[in-house]
Amino acid sequence: KRIKTIETRDLAKSAGCGECQTCGVANQPCEKK
Amino acid sequence: MGVSCRAAKGAMPTTVGGGLFLLSYENLSVVVSLLSKKRGTVNVFVSFVDREKIMIHRYKLNGYNIVLDVYSGSVHVVDDVAYDLIGLYETCSKGEIVWQIQEKYPDVLKEEILECMEDIASLKEAGKLFSQDTYAGIADGLAGHTPVLKALCLHVAHTCDLSCSYCFASQGKYKGERALMSLEVGKRALDFLVENSGGRRNLEVDFFGGEPLCNWQVVKDLVAYARSIEKEANKNFRFTLTTNGMQVDDEVIAFANREMHNVVLSLDGRKEVHDRFRKDHAGRGSYDRIVPKFQKFVKARGGKDYYIRGTFTHYNTDFTEDILHMADLGFTQLSMEPVVCALEDPCALTEEDLPVLYGQYERLAREMLRREKEGRGFTFYHYMIDLGHGPCIYKRIAGCGSGTEYLAVTPWGELYPCHQFVGDPAYSMGNIWDGVQNKALQDKFGKCNAYSRPQCQDCWAKLYCSGGCAANAYHATGDIAGIYEYGCKLFKKRIECAIMVKVAEAEMREEDETI
Repeated sequence: KRIKTIETRDLAKSAGCGECQTCGVANQPCEKK
Repeated sequence: MGVSCRAAKGAMPTTVGGGLFLLSYENLSVVVSLLSKKRGTVNVFVSFVDREKIMIHRYKLNGYNIVLDVYSGSVHVVDDVAYDLIGLYETCSKGEIVWQIQEKYPDVLKEEILECMEDIASLKEAGKLFSQDTYAGIADGLAGHTPVLKALCLHVAHTCDLSCSYCFASQGKYKGERALMSLEVGKRALDFLVENSGGRRNLEVDFFGGEPLCNWQVVKDLVAYARSIEKEANKNFRFTLTTNGMQVDDEVIAFANREMHNVVLSLDGRKEVHDRFRKDHAGRGSYDRIVPKFQKFVKARGGKDYYIRGTFTHYNTDFTEDILHMADLGFTQLSMEPVVCALEDPCALTEEDLPVLYGQYERLAREMLRREKEGRGFTFYHYMIDLGHGPCIYKRIAGCGSGTEYLAVTPWGELYPCHQFVGDPAYSMGNIWDGVQNKALQDKFGKCNAYSRPQCQDCWAKLYCSGGCAANAYHATGDIAGIYEYGCKLFKKRIECAIMVKVAEAEMREEDETI
């Protein structure tokens, strides 16, 4: 096995509740998980 | 060996090495591969790649080979063979890939290469590698979307008990007169937030300045007012307090630890670094007065969120030393930001500083992992990405929300897109009684994201920064839709380090489970 995939959120599937915190966006946790 | 190509007008042939010629025309790349003559024949492979629709980012850091698939968000850790193979996969034929890999890795069997290619094909089929960009429609939708407010930066005090020369807010006065927000203005601001927040339940309010503790009674009264209206309004207020620490006492600590969802405590690191800029009005450094207070504050916080937040400048490009100093003081939730100031300011970061800063971010990542293993870990704000449950694509495209979801309120109730625009009349948006009057400006902020900036189209980090900070772009280029390139370079390095840290942490967890 030459490739190991880290578990990540699927951005295509994630295609919006708006309840997350506003002040980059990468480290804003998703409120709904 | 002569090569002649017929290509569409405007196609630009470039040599990319290894017998490859790349013809680029608009969004299409045609890769012409010529195998060496030494095998007795000349084979020509042609493949087509729609470059605009897929994007991966490969990099090596701290012993890891990491491949990020930009549009799915997937992260892969690979060996050297797979790393090179993925780099060739979309632009070379199967035959040429096998040949090139075997040239570089003579011990690797053809069957192994083909097996790896099958794994890549499976990942592509699963949408985890070379995935398509299908989000442009979301960006267009957000641009035409009616904004719903969810956060306010309340400037409760345009005054400060420190006189930090590097302060973006002109020592708290924002280029204007000293002012304190009245309780009436503050209450109206909270009502304005509730009225304009639609169906959103979580509302954020940051008590900011200047120094908010210069208007502490109003802060407490506003929290009490918010608590009195939130149940009926079906809202949940989450407060943040940003303070320099000078007026922190037992009463402030008790109240903040009860009511503040987060506190941001300003400390630049080592005493000599902190005291260089963070002086009182008599010119005395503040380090010795605030550090014991912050230690007491954090100890009493009982696990609730806080950040020790510093600023680094041209004078301490070895800022990792300052972060480690914070950790050695017992603080574990840390943040350190590059200074925001005019380019001609002596404390401004320079192009020559960049390689040093890159090295510092990498060193910080390694040191964090080392300390984590030793049981004395700490977090660094920019490395706290949640790969498994991070922000959705809407958030990643919409960005920070300045001017739309997030507004700053001055002590007299004027609205600005965010705290960094306060004091610039061109960016006054309205007030808390009449609402946003400058709709054209709000629309411009609503369209401000990675998909609206041509310079971001080919950037692998665009779904991590969403085009970057509008205020930084404005100060660097005079246009909120511009690009603050220096900030981009630092941001990309931070994200590379952050992903590497997450990869290493996953590996450490696996090792623990094995034991």
